Amino acid sequence: MSLKVVDNTTTEPVHKRNPGYPLDLDWVERVRMNRSALERRAGTIGARRTVKKDYQLAWLLKAITMIDLTTLNADDTDGRVERLCAKARNPIRRDILEQLGMGNRRILPGAVCVYHTFVHTAVKALEGSGIPVAAVSTAFPHGLAPVETKIAEIEASVKDGAKEIDIVIERGMVLRGDWQALYDQVKAFRKACGEAHIKTILGTGELATQTNIAKASLVCMLAGADFIKTSTGKEKVNANLVTSLTMIRMIRWFAEETGIEIGYKPAGGIATAGDALKYMALMKEELGAHWLQPHLFRFGASSLLTDIERQLEHGLTGHYAADYRQPMV
Amino acid sequence: MNKIAQIFDSLEYGPAPEAPDQAIAWLDSKGRKFGHFIDGKWTKPGKTFTADNPATGASLAEITDGTAADVDAAVKAARAAFKGWSALSGYERGKYLYAVARMIQKHSRLFAVLESMDNGKPIRETRDADIPLVARHFYHHAGWATHIAREFPDHVPYGVCGQIIPWNFPLLMLAWKIAPALAAGNTVVLKPAEFTSLTALLFAEICERVGLPKGVVNIVTGEGDTGAAIVNHPDIDKIAFTGSTEVGKIIRAATAGSGKGLSLELGGKSPYIVFEDADLDSAVEGLVDAIWFNQGQVCCAGSRLLVQESIEERFIAKVKARMEKLRVGDPLDKSVDIGALVAPVQVERIRDLMKKGVAEGAVVYEPDGQLPPAGCYLKPALVTNVSPANTLVSEEIFGPVLVAMSFRTPEEAVALANNTKYGLAATLWSENINLALDIAPKLKAGVIWINGTNNFDAAVGFGGYKESGFGREGGREGMAVYLKPAWEKTLKAAPAPAPVKAAAANPLDSGHVDQTAKMYIGGKQARPDSGYNRPVLGPKGELVGEVGDGNRKDIRNAVEAARAALSWGTTAAHTRAQILYFLAENLDYRRDEFAARIKAQTGEDGSDEVAQSVERLFAFAGWADKYDGAVHNPPQRMIATALVEPLGVLGIVAPPSRPLLGSVALLAPAIAMGNTIVLVPSERSPLSMTDFYQVLETSDVPNGVVNIVTGESISLAKTLAEHDGVDGMWFMGSAEGAAMVEKASVGNLKQTWTSRGIYYDLADPRFAGDYFLAKATQVKNVWIPYGA
Repeated sequence: MSLKVVDNTTTEPVHKRNPGYPLDLDWVERVRMNRSALERRAGTIGARRTVKKDYQLAWLLKAITMIDLTTLNADDTDGRVERLCAKARNPIRRDILEQLGMGNRRILPGAVCVYHTFVHTAVKALEGSGIPVAAVSTAFPHGLAPVETKIAEIEASVKDGAKEIDIVIERGMVLRGDWQALYDQVKAFRKACGEAHIKTILGTGELATQTNIAKASLVCMLAGADFIKTSTGKEKVNANLVTSLTMIRMIRWFAEETGIEIGYKPAGGIATAGDALKYMALMKEELGAHWLQPHLFRFGASSLLTDIERQLEHGLTGHYAADYRQPMV
Repeated sequence: MNKIAQIFDSLEYGPAPEAPDQAIAWLDSKGRKFGHFIDGKWTKPGKTFTADNPATGASLAEITDGTAADVDAAVKAARAAFKGWSALSGYERGKYLYAVARMIQKHSRLFAVLESMDNGKPIRETRDADIPLVARHFYHHAGWATHIAREFPDHVPYGVCGQIIPWNFPLLMLAWKIAPALAAGNTVVLKPAEFTSLTALLFAEICERVGLPKGVVNIVTGEGDTGAAIVNHPDIDKIAFTGSTEVGKIIRAATAGSGKGLSLELGGKSPYIVFEDADLDSAVEGLVDAIWFNQGQVCCAGSRLLVQESIEERFIAKVKARMEKLRVGDPLDKSVDIGALVAPVQVERIRDLMKKGVAEGAVVYEPDGQLPPAGCYLKPALVTNVSPANTLVSEEIFGPVLVAMSFRTPEEAVALANNTKYGLAATLWSENINLALDIAPKLKAGVIWINGTNNFDAAVGFGGYKESGFGREGGREGMAVYLKPAWEKTLKAAPAPAPVKAAAANPLDSGHVDQTAKMYIGGKQARPDSGYNRPVLGPKGELVGEVGDGNRKDIRNAVEAARAALSWGTTAAHTRAQILYFLAENLDYRRDEFAARIKAQTGEDGSDEVAQSVERLFAFAGWADKYDGAVHNPPQRMIATALVEPLGVLGIVAPPSRPLLGSVALLAPAIAMGNTIVLVPSERSPLSMTDFYQVLETSDVPNGVVNIVTGESISLAKTLAEHDGVDGMWFMGSAEGAAMVEKASVGNLKQTWTSRGIYYDLADPRFAGDYFLAKATQVKNVWIPYGA
């Protein structure tokens, strides 16, 4: 028998990847989502659960490890991406981390998320950090390109070193109820991803109803999605707690039926530490704390990190912090 | 490992305490000892009892146990204030109510914290539910005060209202009582529950600060005896009570014959129905709001889960999984779902009930986890393996205990749901609007929540069917219970009918009787069970006919027939209208014969009375499809539709005078609204109504809708009033008879209306209006959220 100091090691959780399943249209038709009730649950989670003091600080540190630090702007340049990657390597000021007694822990974002053009740059900039690069793909943000083009885009990103591919679905397929087409396309994307993990962006703000969102979530999971993700950040309505509840309840149902745990990524508009804590509480309540790990949960965000840093500093000093004093993302 | 690293790995919630400092400072500022608030002043504390914090057992303050003299002083103050308060314009009263609403909002956190400490309920609930609803109630009623003259023309307040409230929503129940009473122009004497007086006392301070005229609101603290002193006080005009059915019945009996207005909001065992096409996860979450809100100490708690067999296993598994996530503990912790029950005695009572249920075969599931070592805590519980015969299914537990049963068909769901003496609320979950709106009217309850639960709003009436009480709180219906028609006070005592001496002593020693008048039960002419007939005498004592001498069994048969005909209530209103018109037509066709019969019995020319009766049938035919409900807009994205429903089976005892109109004027509104009736016609002159059944027979009135039992009014009234299958009772007769009827009604708390020996001139056109319609109906509010 040997004693081992476990404090400093991170054990990779055993995670079984979604193998994909046949499209089960009966299951899709059994989906029922009541918007008002979902809104009530989502609307009260922030009042039912709150974390204070050390708990809040620890939760916020955890939140950092689940951020996909993202830049998805038409005017992105290599320089901008490199700066983002540099921030990813040091997401919080060293002094803050030390004072929190967490200097020996790996507090790094879940991934850096960029357009295909910058995958190469990001991979290089993150070399040795262990931070994966995620590429948005398949004619992001609209998804309306020939399927061959989209598959080629995935393959190109994987070739450039992307470990995660955030694909977009064609919203029209959902609105038409063409589940077979959606299933076939996501399955083809999954195949093109190979070892890279696939996140399926639903574009929830354009799917009209919670029922559509739930059904699209299920079809993507059946087709082999590793993650389901709300939004591109370009729709008029991005991630919110109601949509999140719809999607994570589908994740729960999928896990009950298949034993496979699918990740969830809300994206767009999550800018404050307070928002992040609500999402985390919702995940913990509906899926369990176990789901709050980088391989099962991500925030698609960029400014969120700065706000978390400010809150951590405030927690330590008791002074409110200013964003310009945190190294910018 | 340091603490942050530990939490980082475990993601525990940790404590999130709400500071009690300000509430404690307020208690300290009062020396932690309170008198009553009477006539705008604080009395010196008398004999006191202790208000405890049930979460810790710590004493919070000493509360004065009100005496009969205290109550009397409060009533005198309220009486003195009534004249001035009721004379204020609605606008002036509204401004006071508005000021109260503002003050409650301004001091909302103080109220919320104090309520949580006094009652044990989580701060999240007092902060997010109780107190905001209190403010909303005063705002809403500020509006009613302003518009009262327009909306309730020719109505006046009762006067002094005695109000007794429970401990489960202390300040909210105070608001539900005081806001409408004051808006209507009443003054009040309110007794908070002995476990939870503190927010009522803080409220009294608010009344002081807004300058409410002294004596308008009087708060007398105390226990059951204090409540009894209010109920029995001769100078109180109306009693409003929220609490247990047991005490409600005592109050009903105590006020019988007193002429006091009465509204009761009592217990419940509300069904929570989940159909297979529901959003199951949302339905599970709804249960948290239904039965684990306020530790289940909610009169309308969805405590009886009825789940469709096809989804039973899956649903129960989901419920259990959800229960694991419930956090029980310090009510002042913001992340706590279930706080402390109000007092040790409640914890004991629930434990005893559970033991009994388990002994009867119930299986109890409770999630793992530790309860706090001290304080009045119980784990949430799910009870399975039970049927309606189990104590836990039939009794109101008033705790965090859910009982679950399954059903196969919608019809069976309705049958199980209605298989209770209570009828406060019901919840149903289905994504099929056809199913939901089919079921909602079939549930015998005052509030129906579709795809949601425990929604409350000041604009939407709340209150029960059956033994859950009568009267509504909130909305127009709620205002109505604090107002009465101005003309009522002008009524005079009914003259005692002059005795008529029979011309012959021997029943067989009579003249020619050309007709056998029978009873009319279930659409058939029935001979009296007794085998006896009674003579009907003319004005000079001459025999003009004979009618059956009805007894208990005739009433029993008539009630059974009436219950079998209850589908009359869901017959299209247009159809009911047509039948009433047809009745009018057929009666008019035989007007000479009916007039002659009236003359034979009373000696008076009956043609006017017949014409009035025809007109009255015509009037209520017109009402049948017009006296209907409103659609409310509560602040959430939903509509609440107020369905006006019949009471069910109505027992009607007609006045001695006016043999035809006396019955028709009551019968017409009752059946127009869909009630089925058991009518006891004028004891002295019943022949007009035994003639009338021939009119019923020719007018397509379905069998059992109108049943006629002749005989001695008082004894038949008693049997009717005591009958648990009779849902409402109208009695026109002596004051003693009225008191008897009201007292006898406690068995199933049927709604009663009695003339109390006062003369109601039924020929007056005012009785062709909505006076009796309101008494023939009850309002059911159906909450329908929407959104794709």
